[in-house]
Amino acid sequence: MSTGNMNLTLKVWRQKNNKTTGALVDYKLADISPDMSFLEMFDVLNEQLINKGEEPVVFDHDCREGICGMCSMFINGRPHGPKDLVTTCQLHMRSFKDGDTIVVEPWRAAAFPVVKDLTVDRSAFDRVIAAGGFISVNTGNAQDANNLPIPKMQADAAFEAAACIGCGACVATCKNASAMLFVSAKISQLALLPQGQPERYRRVQSMVAQMDAEGFGNCTNTGACEAECPKGISLENIARMNRDFASAKFVSEETV
Amino acid sequence: MSDLNSNIPEGELTNKWTKFKSSVALVNPSNKRSIEVIIVGSGLAGASAAATLAEMGYKVKCFCFQDSPRRAHSIAAQGGINAAKNYQNDGDSTYRLFYDTIKGGDYRAREANVHRLAEVSANIIDQCVAQGVPLAREYGGLLDNRSFGGTQVQRTFYAAGQTGQQLLLGAYSALERQIGMGKVEMYTRHEMLEVVKIDGKARGIIARNLITGELERHFGHAVVLGTGGYGNVFYLSTNAMGSNVTAAWKAHKQGAYFANPCYTQIHPTCIPVSGDHQSKLTLMSESLRNDGRIWVPKKKDDNRKASEIPEDERDYYLERRYPAFGNLVPRDVASRAAKERCDAGYGVGASKLAVYLDFKANTERYGKIEASKAGIHNPDKETCMRLGTAVIKEKYGNLFDMYAQITGENPYETPMRIYPAVHYTMGGLWVDYNLMTSVPGLYCTGEANFSDHGANRLGASALMQGLADGYFVLPYTIGAYLSKEISVKAIPTDHPAFVEAEAKAKGILDTLINIKGTKSVDHFHKRLGHIMWEKCGMARNAEGLNEAITEIRALRAEFWKDVRVPGTSDELNTELEKAGRVADFIELGELMCIDALNRNESCGGHFREEYQTEEGEALRDDVDYAYVAAWEFKEGVNFELHKEELKFENIKVAQRSYK
Amino acid sequence: MSGFGNAFSSSIGKKFIMGATGIFLVLFLIVHCGINALIFLDDQGLTFNIGAHFMATNWIIRAGEVILMLGLLVHIFQALRLTLQNNKARPVKYAVNDGKANSKWYSRSMGLLGTLLLIFLVVHLKDFWVVSRFTGIPSVDANGHEDLYAVMRDKFQDPVRVAVYLLAMVSLCYHLLHGFASAFQTMGWNHSKYNGIIKSVGVWYSIIISIVFAAMPLAFHFGLIK
Repeated sequence: MSTGNMNLTLKVWRQKNNKTTGALVDYKLADISPDMSFLEMFDVLNEQLINKGEEPVVFDHDCREGICGMCSMFINGRPHGPKDLVTTCQLHMRSFKDGDTIVVEPWRAAAFPVVKDLTVDRSAFDRVIAAGGFISVNTGNAQDANNLPIPKMQADAAFEAAACIGCGACVATCKNASAMLFVSAKISQLALLPQGQPERYRRVQSMVAQMDAEGFGNCTNTGACEAECPKGISLENIARMNRDFASAKFVSEETV
Repeated sequence: MSDLNSNIPEGELTNKWTKFKSSVALVNPSNKRSIEVIIVGSGLAGASAAATLAEMGYKVKCFCFQDSPRRAHSIAAQGGINAAKNYQNDGDSTYRLFYDTIKGGDYRAREANVHRLAEVSANIIDQCVAQGVPLAREYGGLLDNRSFGGTQVQRTFYAAGQTGQQLLLGAYSALERQIGMGKVEMYTRHEMLEVVKIDGKARGIIARNLITGELERHFGHAVVLGTGGYGNVFYLSTNAMGSNVTAAWKAHKQGAYFANPCYTQIHPTCIPVSGDHQSKLTLMSESLRNDGRIWVPKKKDDNRKASEIPEDERDYYLERRYPAFGNLVPRDVASRAAKERCDAGYGVGASKLAVYLDFKANTERYGKIEASKAGIHNPDKETCMRLGTAVIKEKYGNLFDMYAQITGENPYETPMRIYPAVHYTMGGLWVDYNLMTSVPGLYCTGEANFSDHGANRLGASALMQGLADGYFVLPYTIGAYLSKEISVKAIPTDHPAFVEAEAKAKGILDTLINIKGTKSVDHFHKRLGHIMWEKCGMARNAEGLNEAITEIRALRAEFWKDVRVPGTSDELNTELEKAGRVADFIELGELMCIDALNRNESCGGHFREEYQTEEGEALRDDVDYAYVAAWEFKEGVNFELHKEELKFENIKVAQRSYK
Repeated sequence: MSGFGNAFSSSIGKKFIMGATGIFLVLFLIVHCGINALIFLDDQGLTFNIGAHFMATNWIIRAGEVILMLGLLVHIFQALRLTLQNNKARPVKYAVNDGKANSKWYSRSMGLLGTLLLIFLVVHLKDFWVVSRFTGIPSVDANGHEDLYAVMRDKFQDPVRVAVYLLAMVSLCYHLLHGFASAFQTMGWNHSKYNGIIKSVGVWYSIIISIVFAAMPLAFHFGLIK
């Protein structure tokens, strides 16, 4: 079914479930087209495995257009592979060479336990958002949208922070498995907007507390998260979160 | 002719919703606390409904098959969301949005629903902004709008090319807030496999925990399906890989009618297929048509590069055929026009199945404006292109990057190649005005229902409908039903109906695992997709549809004999998940062909080659087909047609013209 | 403290402590480096010894020294705690991890650099601090001040010691290259208009401080100053 001429060796992490240990397993692939996406290359592998009567590699993926944040492969030592600003599903085989060996591992973090093969459990992110990543406005509470002008620069900055797709590449690549880029992006988005002000200091305290409870590591400002983020989320957000956290703890009278 | 009651309130069109809201029965707060609602799907329609119902005090359980509710495919919507705010002072109004939507849907949508949609559209924008959704703004700090196909006003709100993402994350945050407060129980990586009916009413679901493979029974006083569209029946579509019809189809098999399944939207601006390996198609937002001009060479089989084809040898066929709307004609019209050119031999690119979307003219125009802002008079072409490219980059940067990433070509230098692809399904479970299906207590919202877009959806209307249903419609209309259920105590899940439903679901899973055939699930899915695209795609005819029905039946038989599902059912088994979904797609595919064959007219996304005007436009038959075709599932994959007559009392039905 | 909740025990709080003690140590290095640089006046250390005498006798400085030691200990202790916690956050390591693709090696090696500096500090404190504070400086200069300058001159005749000091200054340079800007980022002092300044000041600071310190053993060893 393949149409290309690339030959590859894959070393893929296989792990039956979270109760067993896993290992890297070698697979040979032939006739891969450079126009295939990385996940389509995995489709080819899986089709081969199924035809041979083996179990296919389980990996998370859904939209395959770089926005849902579900795909999550650690490829040759980098989350989402060698290209900057793309997710695994948007990585194409033309970024590799004929004869390459490609090592594919799941995200590794205590807070992201492996579920099976390359699939991990990222529900920790949801719990961090549930702890405060919102503005408390019930449906029907809203005033007319244009009653609240927001400077374009601020709105744009909030949008840039909101572009986070929650894929977890920041955690995966951080040497400390820290989630601060993810958490700070949501805190920043809401801190930059006037709508987010009433809960600003409460939010940062609750979300950081939940982040800590999930067992993520601490930020040591290596900047790897920013470099690997497929959406280019900036480290500025972490500084903003830290600033807000300081204000919350030492200036605001509200303790959470 | 109608044998379906759509429960549309009496009275003037413009007062129906207001009157309904003020007279619908209410559930008092203490009763709400003991009423449980199950919501399947966490996209715009599901998440917004789950959050809102929980805010109102109901006990909510929400299910999604992804690892987080934030992954639902609403997230991939790019262009924008319509709302009749008239912020641009260009004459927009609720009526105009209503009118455009009915006309855009080729007069095959229900007036009362569409008017309600137009009414609540403005509230959606207010709600989202209050939630902190960062919609695009102008320098004055007010919200910006852009144009979209099929309208002559600027009513589309947007957040760069990620509007769906931002709106979904807004709904997701509202949902997570309720989860955090313990008012919603969230079940991620769970797939609904059966609706449980007790005494004719929907009373719960059977869901499979996709990690452990365990089947779970969940009770609800009502069940809401917000499970999205079924475009993946074509295998290749712009839908997510996991998007499926299973929940809706299981409901259909339990008595929920499936309406207008043949209405599929083929989106005109997608990245063309590059080879057999292709697993999905990627949309380039319709907003690109604001600044991109669509053309093909005037000469057949022209193999020159785009840049080598002089201006007077280019055919800007949309501008030629539809001078009034030009490149902004509705999607169905644009798609068919592209297909017509390619079929006639004017296509471009290696596959010849593509047309150009060219930004050069508008880049230059923007460049001139920027130059004059910067005080440069008579700028040379290079300056114009440089300044204009910056403007284009600001507007569409992420889309251009995505195009470059996928195709390996630079769209700032050469025109994009685009071709139509399956994108949205207007059909879905039949619902009445209250969004209730033909099974009492079973509701359906968003793309999964059929109600608001008729035979063709206008751009930026899907997000509007999903959020309208979830935030503003369902939370009211469901009260009409639940107010009568307050005395019903939660039914224990050892009730025989639950046991039976679970056994049924288990039986299907076991069968799939035990076939141990020779061909993968994807093999069957691709073959189904091929049949559907060739014979029930952009253009259909009776002969092809009859063939398709025969072929699909044969494919179904082969599938159940020869599919190979590795692994077991008590673990994370993605092949098993896919197998169940493809099995349902195969049955649905047959129904789509039956519906397309039944509808002896062309309208919107349904184009029957036998029914066209001399100029090749869709030819409707309002006398015989101004009805909703709602199909009832019968034993052994048979279908019985029910009709809901469409009455147009406020709009004069006319031949749609965008000339 | 209850009002402050987990201000210091949370992940960000711990980092505040790292950042704040880091900035404190950065400031200390300026003073230390400035006074030590008096050796380059080439006056047989007379001015330097005045400075050293002042530092050794002024009670504010002595009190500051206690705070400095505490700051240093807290910096080290906190770093250890964070490192242990960070290791726990990734119990299973990657088979292949291409760190150089996204970050500087010294940013990823602060623990290692810090450990090297700690080992150096033991040597360094034994060489000078213990001598000046406890065991006593054997000679006095022309002004009658304790001649710390002479101690330095003598010690740096040993090439092994010079090599250790040079290596330590390389470690210091890289530790500061990351630490300086990192402390600002941690404290939340990030502003698009000032980020460039902070960054370049950090780089120049790290290089100058390290070179000036490194020049001392070299100058003594090769007799450039007497």
